[in-house]
Amino acid sequence: MRAPGARAIVLAAAVVALALVPFAGGKFAVDFVTKMMVSSIFALSLELLVGQVGLACFGQAAFFGVGAYACVLLTPKDAAASVWWLGPASVGAAALYAAVMGSLSIRTRGVYFIMVTLAFSQVAYYVAHDTPMAGGSDGIYLGFVPSAAIAGLALVDLSKARPYYYVVLAALVLAFGFLAVLLRSRFGRALAGIRANEQRMRAAGFSTYPYKLAAFVISGALAGLAGFLFAVKDGVVNPELMGWHVSGTVLMMIILGGIGSLHGAVVGAFAFSLLEELFKSEALFGGFATHWHLGVGLAIILCVALLPRGLTGGWTREGKSLGSADERR
Amino acid sequence: MDVATFLVQCLNALQYGLLLFLVASGLTLIFGVMGVINLAHGSFYMVGAYMAYALAPAFAQVPGIGFVAMLAAGVGLALMLGWALEWAFVSFLYDRDHLQQVLMTYGLILVFEELRSLVAGNDVHGVAIPGWLAGSVRLGSLMDYPVYRLFISGVCVLVALGLYAVIARTRLGMMVRAGAANREMVTALGIDVKRLFRAMFAAGVALAVLAGMLAAPVSSVYPGMGNQVLIICFVVVVIGGIGSIRGAFAAALLVGAVDTFGKVFFPQAAGVLVYVLMALVLLWRPEGLFRAA
Repeated sequence: MRAPGARAIVLAAAVVALALVPFAGGKFAVDFVTKMMVSSIFALSLELLVGQVGLACFGQAAFFGVGAYACVLLTPKDAAASVWWLGPASVGAAALYAAVMGSLSIRTRGVYFIMVTLAFSQVAYYVAHDTPMAGGSDGIYLGFVPSAAIAGLALVDLSKARPYYYVVLAALVLAFGFLAVLLRSRFGRALAGIRANEQRMRAAGFSTYPYKLAAFVISGALAGLAGFLFAVKDGVVNPELMGWHVSGTVLMMIILGGIGSLHGAVVGAFAFSLLEELFKSEALFGGFATHWHLGVGLAIILCVALLPRGLTGGWTREGKSLGSADERR
Repeated sequence: MDVATFLVQCLNALQYGLLLFLVASGLTLIFGVMGVINLAHGSFYMVGAYMAYALAPAFAQVPGIGFVAMLAAGVGLALMLGWALEWAFVSFLYDRDHLQQVLMTYGLILVFEELRSLVAGNDVHGVAIPGWLAGSVRLGSLMDYPVYRLFISGVCVLVALGLYAVIARTRLGMMVRAGAANREMVTALGIDVKRLFRAMFAAGVALAVLAGMLAAPVSSVYPGMGNQVLIICFVVVVIGGIGSIRGAFAAALLVGAVDTFGKVFFPQAAGVLVYVLMALVLLWRPEGLFRAA
């Protein structure tokens, strides 16, 4: 994807292909692609931090989980909530958690930053796991799927798989477009400057802290959106959504896809989910399919050895680092 | 809480902290000297525990010295395993981004976890405590304390002293300290960094495997045990300051105490306390308690 025109054509073709899935595939395909698109939004949220600002966050699952839990906890016991306030409220809750977590963790750097963000997500995990409010380790069910109505007129039925597929697709396109515009703005250029050389940005008169914090909050909000969409689809949330495995998995997705580009995050999310599904397939591996982790693990190792820049980075033997030299210690 | 209970909890905290140190020291060495974030370190702890499960029946035939011989055999195997793993999976990653190493070692976690499932199954297993360590000693008038836990603490202290001696007194230790302080300079001074790194990695694996073997009779042997330890050990390494053995020692004892007494006094919040501790330490000292030696 060299020329900007070619890039636009490929992206448009991808969206059209995704829009056609419900016509070509059955129920399983619709469900599976919905799941992959939710993962893509989640991966995009992390790509903003890791790829664009150079902040390796290892607690992204917390925002995802807060968004999902907010969706379930804010739904009244006896009636469906309107998606028009439940959605923003869930995303807002995740953004709020990100603001608190970000304001503290941005003071540290490098590996220490990775660990502090992990610590904050573990706190969220244990709060959900050990307090009665959030249902404990079993999690809680979403009583009613939110209604999407304008002036009493039902717009789409979010409990049906196909309409919901298009809602998620729209959310993915909007999130991607929003980030693409954001990164081209003055704000986005400042983030790129911070990634390349934070000291120089400071010397140039930028107070970098507010920029990093804003990126953190936006990232948290997007991850919260993914969590919200997940909760509406699955109808159940549990503490494992906030476990460090989830933060690890989404990090793997963007590394696999290739850090530094938005489409890399989406490609990574799809590729990772497809890899999992491939090795889980009993048709291909028979009884061995229960050991699908082994296949995924070996595939990841091969990817690192042969594709140092991720799937979208091309085939190179020389692994050039994306970050600046001082980032690598 | 009376004095005897308090004393028992103190000994538990000490034993847990020392065991954490054994795992975390390898992690901090590998990170501090080689610059590799090794997520698979917890898997080596797990390998150690399963090694104890596999080897214990055979070595139990040898009376008396059998358990110690098993530990020695396990450490030997672990050194070879670490040597081979570094050659096959890590040796070409040093010039690459940290995140590449994270991805590689994450892949290794999945592979180790599934190999464990294939070879040993998914059941929880117990490992018998050898006869001469099975009893307990009297503490005060009412409390008993198991001898085996004291044995764990004793072995850990011996290893810690040995590590200190090697790192502070020998030529190898000098290279390690120099490597933690400034890797490029060590390379420039003409030291064979490849061999140093391979030895470091093997030593780290051996420490984790030893910890796993020691812990197996107390904690039993179960799937996923490595990942649990991994995260706590990263917390220890970060609190102590990356690359610092002294820091890892102090932080391991601190984490052991906070975790043990947290479970006694605040059972509701026990899981969070360690992470709160880490967040507080890092907000106070963003580079951990001790900077790299």
